[in-house]
Amino acid sequence: MSEDLLHSPLEALHVELGGRLVAFAGWNMPVMYDSILNEHQAVRTAVGIFDISHMGQFIVRGDGATEWLNGMLANNLTKLAEGEGQYSFMLNAEGGVIDDLIVYRTGAEEYFLVVNASMIPEDLAWLQKHLVDGVELIDDSDAWAGMAVQGPDSAATFEKVFPGAELPPRNGIAKLPNGGIVCRTGYTGEDGFEYFCPAGEGISVFRSFIDAGAKPCGLGARDSLRLEMCYPLNGSDLSPSRTPIEAGLGFFVDLDKGDFMGREVLARQKSEGLKERLAAIAYTGKGAPPRAHYPVLNESGEVLGELSSGVPSPSLGKGIGMAYLPIASAKVGTPLQIDVRGRLFPAEVVKKPFYKPSAKNS
Amino acid sequence: MNVPDDLRYNASHEWVRLEGDVVTVGITDHAQEELTDVVFVELPPVGKAVDAEDPIAVVESVKAASDIYAPVSGEVVEANEEVEGDPALVNTDPYGKGWIFKLKVKDVAQVDAMLDAAGYRALLGG
Repeated sequence: MSEDLLHSPLEALHVELGGRLVAFAGWNMPVMYDSILNEHQAVRTAVGIFDISHMGQFIVRGDGATEWLNGMLANNLTKLAEGEGQYSFMLNAEGGVIDDLIVYRTGAEEYFLVVNASMIPEDLAWLQKHLVDGVELIDDSDAWAGMAVQGPDSAATFEKVFPGAELPPRNGIAKLPNGGIVCRTGYTGEDGFEYFCPAGEGISVFRSFIDAGAKPCGLGARDSLRLEMCYPLNGSDLSPSRTPIEAGLGFFVDLDKGDFMGREVLARQKSEGLKERLAAIAYTGKGAPPRAHYPVLNESGEVLGELSSGVPSPSLGKGIGMAYLPIASAKVGTPLQIDVRGRLFPAEVVKKPFYKPSAKNS
Repeated sequence: MNVPDDLRYNASHEWVRLEGDVVTVGITDHAQEELTDVVFVELPPVGKAVDAEDPIAVVESVKAASDIYAPVSGEVVEANEEVEGDPALVNTDPYGKGWIFKLKVKDVAQVDAMLDAAGYRALLGG
């Protein structure tokens, strides 16, 4: 199977750094270097760096690009000024999530999309299928190495590597004089940025961020960090049969912007109410770590669903997870039980997110 | 890699220390390094009768759960409650305070049949 995996332009550096490479979303990527706990902690208290070269980059441009893309995505593109970005969804006709992504406006009729690694071919095929004359769709994924520098010290790290250059404001995008693209976003809840450069320069830039203090972090810490923030992972917490409304992400959907793919179902859910919703669940005491697919039961032992994600939270020191639950059982405070290999551990629905990052975020 | 000479080993990376007819069981230095940070240990119930190769305990890192197998047949006579409270002991002292359970051995010949330190080192090397 390993010969079928795709390879990051940074792979040789991961090996040199002692990274443990595993298959993820079709890519051979580091799950950790020395310790997921230490890497997690570095991002929460200082600064860490992740290889995100597996993620996809699309360019959409041409006359009518705004109008067309706004019809393909759930959030409202027209709210973006040049240099601004937003979290959004590509939905199917039933309102289900094909992919979650970040879209940046880089010109009056030009956009830069960062999409999930495993979804690049599907996203492209879907967009291509609905493309209109005059709009150009380019898959630029192979051109770029990507890295996410995350943590309260990330801005200082940026300043060390690119003295005099300016980080864009939160959710913003900027092109540096060296040709690199910097986006003030991330998947950890901490202040941070994602940096994209030509694939061939990736190793030297990644190294310079490490030299400036960033600790190399793998996908293991990336997962525990994002889950503490209740950020969804597509394929686990999002799927083509679940809408962003059910996932509790209606904030990133604009039902009033005009028609868009999937709108009808979302509008109906909003007016008629939901049957199920993605709830945040935390253990009330100690217990065996909750993981994806473990059954979620109510107090009387009836199975309500299964965890879509789960992890022993390094920051909270207890098990956390998410699950789609019947609305009546998705209320904060609802007592639940998680079935771990036949043993039941008490848990409850809690407010999102699980963890509130330091107020240093700008 | 630390592989003490006075212990016996198996290919699934458990070690045993035989004293009388009781073995103390833990996971090897190599195993704890592969697992990295142990955050949870599920102990077997005392009194449980087990056959060799039965999965009877679980050691979990942030990312994954790994079964621990009974290296030999017997009965669980003690479980290390200290590692339940402080799972990191499995990482910091795998052959000492990080032991996981003790078995009263049914047949000591099963212990003799396990790998000695040289055999386990060869397994890690190969």
